[in-house]
Amino acid sequence: MPAGMLIVGAGECGARAALTLRDQNYDGPVTLVGDESHFPYERPPLSKDAIVSEREPLPKFVGDRQHFIDRKIECVTSTRAIAIDRASRSVALANGSTLRYDKLLLATGAAPRRLSLPGAEGSRCAYLRTYDDALRVRRALGSGCHVAILGGGFIGLELAASARKRGAVVTVIEALPRILTRGVPEEIARVIDARHRAEDVEIACGRSVLTLREDSTGIEVGLSDGSSVTADLLIIGIGAVPVTDLAQGAGLAMENGIAVDEQLQTSDLDIYAAGDCCSFPLAIYGSRRVRLECWRNAQDQGVLAARNMLGAGEKVSAVPWFWSDQYDLTLQIAGLPDGGTRIVRRDVSDGAFILFHLQDDGRLMAASGIGSGNVVAKDIRLAEMLIAKRAMPEPAALAQPQVKLKSLLAA
Amino acid sequence: MSNNWIEACPADEIEEEDVIRFDHGGRTFAIYRSADDEYFATDGLCTHEQVHLADGLVMDDIIECPKHNGRFNYKTGEAKSAPVCVNLQTYPVKLEGGKVFVQLD
Repeated sequence: MPAGMLIVGAGECGARAALTLRDQNYDGPVTLVGDESHFPYERPPLSKDAIVSEREPLPKFVGDRQHFIDRKIECVTSTRAIAIDRASRSVALANGSTLRYDKLLLATGAAPRRLSLPGAEGSRCAYLRTYDDALRVRRALGSGCHVAILGGGFIGLELAASARKRGAVVTVIEALPRILTRGVPEEIARVIDARHRAEDVEIACGRSVLTLREDSTGIEVGLSDGSSVTADLLIIGIGAVPVTDLAQGAGLAMENGIAVDEQLQTSDLDIYAAGDCCSFPLAIYGSRRVRLECWRNAQDQGVLAARNMLGAGEKVSAVPWFWSDQYDLTLQIAGLPDGGTRIVRRDVSDGAFILFHLQDDGRLMAASGIGSGNVVAKDIRLAEMLIAKRAMPEPAALAQPQVKLKSLLAA
Repeated sequence: MSNNWIEACPADEIEEEDVIRFDHGGRTFAIYRSADDEYFATDGLCTHEQVHLADGLVMDDIIECPKHNGRFNYKTGEAKSAPVCVNLQTYPVKLEGGKVFVQLD
């Protein structure tokens, strides 16, 4: 009897890995350990539908719950893994039990970066990562309530849009001079900024939080310019940090998260890591080491890790891809825009546009687009394929909406 | 078998290896033209979330959801990759007088 495959972390990544092991006809034990009480669910709706839907939603489960039961995937919920014993290939759980493994996958994800200020863990402060977090924010929001959001990143801005839909008064506080500094070109950030302002969201950039004071009537957020914002609720969205304590305790190599190679293997050959918790070399960008915090990466790497745990020996080849929905606007980014030195703009329709980020030698490194609904989706997907091919498309062709990107792919 | 053939669009309104959205009777559909010039029809929304497939990319026999990249074979409706796990309903299509007709149930 094999010890089987053990997956720690029951988010998108871990759940996809478990399903993939069965898709690949692995018939030994598969165990998925997660510290939340829920069955594996999708996180993207937590900042959007889970906040705005009329009725309190159930989690959106990864795949179909019955799949896990039919495929004999054991899901251990509400249980933290506390230590790995690499010599005996086993993991100790907080409930006192020990699970052995042949191969172990760490899909422990990331956790919200905490604000290190007195009062930041008070009852009027909220973070968003889990379904339970989303319910808490949802219940605290209501028409006319004032929400301050710390951090003009994706979580903060998606929550700002959702809170406006619920009728809340919203103030976004961002320490840097503009919103979405990390990974989003300024031209696109400006569109999103203008849209929030048109929806009466107040955006205060270039100001950091110095003090928090909470009482029975609200929370006062003292800012670095001497002003203050008083709100019913402060949502803190200042980034995420990889969850690595288990890996660190086991002495695995670290580098901006758990360090894995291009096959997602850690410094222990029987232990893999995937998703938000790990950094990996990205071959299409000269093996630049990156750590991605996004849904598709979690899904893709969960699948790849499972295949490699069974000996497939495949390398990460996916182009990073990301999306964000705010109001009717959708942003999509393929590739890493900071890899480019030159931008070519393509106007699609009704104010929607795509920016192509090219290297000096003409190679397409990234494409970022914004527009209503999914109007840029098709072209971003084609751009992703061009990036994967390391294509050097003619800038004039990229700029012309009449020139189909599909025709450039065939070239 | 019903005989409920509905005129959807002129055949040349869909480019080769592409898809358009067609709304009828409170429902939404996706109509495809393959690279070898055949026509197909499926339900218009992805089975994962309520996303219009007509905004997605058609490559060979595959339609890919524009939001989460779930893939279906649009000729058979078969769900091909995560996150989709439920097949897509397909509908018979015929061409008459340069127009595309879809048979709805």
